[in-house]
Amino acid sequence: MSLRKLSVAVALAMGATTGAHAQVSDGVVKIGVLNDQSSLYADVGGPGSVVAAKMAVDDYIKATKSKLKVEIVSADHQNKPDVGSQIARQWFDVDHVDAIVDIPNSGVALAVSAVAREKGKANLNTGAASSDLTGKACSPNTVHWLYDTWMLAHGTGSAIVKTGGDTWFFLTSDYAFGHALERDTSEVVKANGGKVLGAVRHPINTQDFSSFLLQAQASKAKVIGLANAGADTTNSIKQAAEFGIVKGGQSLAGLLVFLSDVHALGLQTAQGLIFTETFYWDLNDQTRAWSKRFAAANGGKYPTMDHAGVYAVILHYLKSVDAIKSDDGTKAVAEMKKLPTDDPLFGKGTIRADGRKIHPAYLFEVKKPSESKGAYDYYKLRATIPADQAFRPLKDGGCELVK
Amino acid sequence: MSRAQRIAFGVMLAFFLLAPLVLYPVFLMKVMCFALFACAFNLLIGFGGLLSFGHAMFLGTAGYVSAHAAKVWGCPPELAILLGTLAAAALGLVTGLLAIRRQGIYFAMITLALSQMIYFYCLQAPFTHGEDGIQSVPRGTLFGFIDLSNIWAMYATVLVVFVAGFLLIYRAIHSPFGQVLKSIRENEARAISLGYDTTRYKFLAFVLSAALAGLAGATKAIVFQLASLTDVHWTMSGEVVLITLLGGMGTIFGPVAGALVIITMENYLAQLGAWVTVAQGVIFVICVLAFRRGIVGEIAHFLKKPL
Amino acid sequence: MTEIFGIPTQALFGQLLIGLINGSFYALLSLGLAVIFGLLNIINFTHGAQYMLGAFCAYLLLNKTGVGYWWSLLLAPLIVGALGMLIERLMLKRLYKLDHLYGLLLTFGLALVIQGVFRNEYGTSGQPYAMPAELAGGRNLGFMFLPNYRAWVIATSVAVCLGTWFVIEKTKLGSYLRAATENPALVQAFGINVPRMITLTYGFGAALAAFAGVMAAPIYQVNPQMGADLIIVVFAVVVIGGMGSIMGSIVTGFGLGIIEGLTKVFYPEASNTVIFVIMAIVLAVRPAGLFGAQK
Repeated sequence: MSLRKLSVAVALAMGATTGAHAQVSDGVVKIGVLNDQSSLYADVGGPGSVVAAKMAVDDYIKATKSKLKVEIVSADHQNKPDVGSQIARQWFDVDHVDAIVDIPNSGVALAVSAVAREKGKANLNTGAASSDLTGKACSPNTVHWLYDTWMLAHGTGSAIVKTGGDTWFFLTSDYAFGHALERDTSEVVKANGGKVLGAVRHPINTQDFSSFLLQAQASKAKVIGLANAGADTTNSIKQAAEFGIVKGGQSLAGLLVFLSDVHALGLQTAQGLIFTETFYWDLNDQTRAWSKRFAAANGGKYPTMDHAGVYAVILHYLKSVDAIKSDDGTKAVAEMKKLPTDDPLFGKGTIRADGRKIHPAYLFEVKKPSESKGAYDYYKLRATIPADQAFRPLKDGGCELVK
Repeated sequence: MSRAQRIAFGVMLAFFLLAPLVLYPVFLMKVMCFALFACAFNLLIGFGGLLSFGHAMFLGTAGYVSAHAAKVWGCPPELAILLGTLAAAALGLVTGLLAIRRQGIYFAMITLALSQMIYFYCLQAPFTHGEDGIQSVPRGTLFGFIDLSNIWAMYATVLVVFVAGFLLIYRAIHSPFGQVLKSIRENEARAISLGYDTTRYKFLAFVLSAALAGLAGATKAIVFQLASLTDVHWTMSGEVVLITLLGGMGTIFGPVAGALVIITMENYLAQLGAWVTVAQGVIFVICVLAFRRGIVGEIAHFLKKPL
Repeated sequence: MTEIFGIPTQALFGQLLIGLINGSFYALLSLGLAVIFGLLNIINFTHGAQYMLGAFCAYLLLNKTGVGYWWSLLLAPLIVGALGMLIERLMLKRLYKLDHLYGLLLTFGLALVIQGVFRNEYGTSGQPYAMPAELAGGRNLGFMFLPNYRAWVIATSVAVCLGTWFVIEKTKLGSYLRAATENPALVQAFGINVPRMITLTYGFGAALAAFAGVMAAPIYQVNPQMGADLIIVVFAVVVIGGMGSIMGSIVTGFGLGIIEGLTKVFYPEASNTVIFVIMAIVLAVRPAGLFGAQK
């Protein structure tokens, strides 16, 4: 090659690479892990999500030899929409954060989704429940990766009714999330030929469920659906054990339960509990291998599905950023929807036009203490819900992006 | 205003005018809203001698009403803020009637319990959307032509509201009404013997304080485009006590200084989650044991002039 | 099945019994608050944190040293009581000459510190605490299934409450206490060590809270937030009962527990606010509280 052609080629190559870096804002892809680090959901996501995020970045760069410079920051939103949206705003405006990840608590999630949309950044939600994130509050900047109230309701609800649990009584947390979960699950139960015998609403953060459980017991429903989360769920379960509810023949359906909740309750109390999740560390060789690595980096605590979600969504995000050579939020999310997903934790899947990630869901039952071989060996798989049935059909969400 | 106070006012005004060029304007707007909230609270404790442990109910209720008015009724921001303030004043009227009947510790506990009742009501009332709060509140156009989604327009508006509220409180304190209030704080029996209907004065101070706290809350809802349960929770009541205590109870500028320090601290410690609570608690303890005059109080003591 | 207002009597009596159990906790806690307030004129905001500390003491004693429930019932109150006395000696003592509001602010700050530290360490998911084997299980009463442990809670609270009331109202020590409330200087002149009595009283109040905490541990989750919201309800109870009246707080505690239980049956959404509503009504009608004397 002549010297002239060589120098032109070199110039073009340099131009191309400089151009690429210029498009990744200030040369760094900054990802913010925003979740609850000190209260209700600290064990579900919390510092563990930061561990998962760092693992994702390290694994991605090692596997693809990508030249991307990636930084992780984190903050505690304390389950308050105002704190969450302020942190998001500050991150986007001042700290050059390009994407926010995790965000449990539907109220915070919706607030952050609005901010991300306003600023054109990426909002990668794994922690929140509300199906509105891909429904009437959908946004071109939002990916909802892990689970939602529709999936929980349909997964747990229909599976339980099909296995004989056809009469239900709900213990519902008296706020938007609980109402939605109760409503969705009731619909499913009735659609599958079951009956809802009653429901009782309790204030959030209730300490004492005895009177509510008494009513559930008196209803003689085969299944007591717990449309609540966090401490409310673990409290109701603990006190149900005290009242001999499971021994008396009724079963408890946890509509939102994480591995950390079961760990906090202990198998003696939690045994027999039925619920739906989209990840468990002991599902297959790949999940096992990853989870052992995660536990080593996380002080021995095994991953919840939220941790797995954070890991997987960041892998896919980085893949998309590399593909389009830009960390512009709206473009990155569009690319994430274009590229099929493939990771060791959730397998192959896709992200739909409304931002909903599609993957299979699993119905689990908590083992009896005698069945468990050690710490964190808590679940047995009762059923697998195929990906195309696990989530709400695209046309039913009312999302404006779906036409 | 005395000379020292005029200088302090000048410094404060200059700070809020120039700081947004260097610091994050949204952060400063938060400081101003909390400063106004604390000034309103200080009117009651610093000058009226009444410790209200439930002031969050005014901040939060006004925020909800303002947010709802702006989002659901489509009111322009000035009307939304006005409605929020009026709602807080009305709430102040009702709760004041109940709370003023007792004093000192009892008053504090009653306001706390009433505030908790309001919290639970807000938790369940459909229009507040419970844990989610009222989100995506439109900033709107002020007086029909100032677009508040422009950050500088919003900042200017908040600054005007803050300064207006501040001056109103100043005026109230340095009026005959304020003097009677101070005398009630010093020695209520004496004030009664002088012929003043102390209950009525305390009640008026309570309603005024409630209304101005509401003004802060209503403005905050428009700035952050969000009204949430945080603003009606008792920890918010505790926070305003902390701000005022640290800044200096009974001083004019104390609450502003306190707001600046506490909000800054929270910003920096936000990464550390529960340490914020611990830090707040430690500041409380230190202030009560060794630093009762607060920041501005100590400065005033040093200068031997009221601030 | 007979029904009263559409609720089967079975369920109704069941709920009444539950209300009595809740009332036990309210009574125990408001008793501690009333004792401290009566003598020190301080609203002990730290009471909720001390309740939590009692539960955590039991948890830590069990998990770190293997000490079980029965010993914890004795040890946890002693430990927390000692800590309380330390707080009183080191901090509260300096505030007696000042406006009583400062005491409230100090205890509020301390509550924040204690709760924050524990929250940092343990998160809020709650730690499990096993029910003592002797009290597990229950009996079928025909109209409800009563867990043995809850029956134990009612019995113990009543015993402790009445015992405390007896000591304060009917014994010589109690009369010194009451006299010191009225006129500390005079009582001190008679040779009674009033400061020490005050320290011991605060410690006793804290111990009562811790005792309630240990009893709560097996049935509620042991978590750092457990005292925070409870304490405000207890404040309302104390206001309704009339501050400083020992019998008043006991009766009001149990009574409000029952009313709350009934509300849970007929109108559960209001169960959180009913106590505050009652407080508002009592304040409007009888500001000194149901059993209080107008000071």
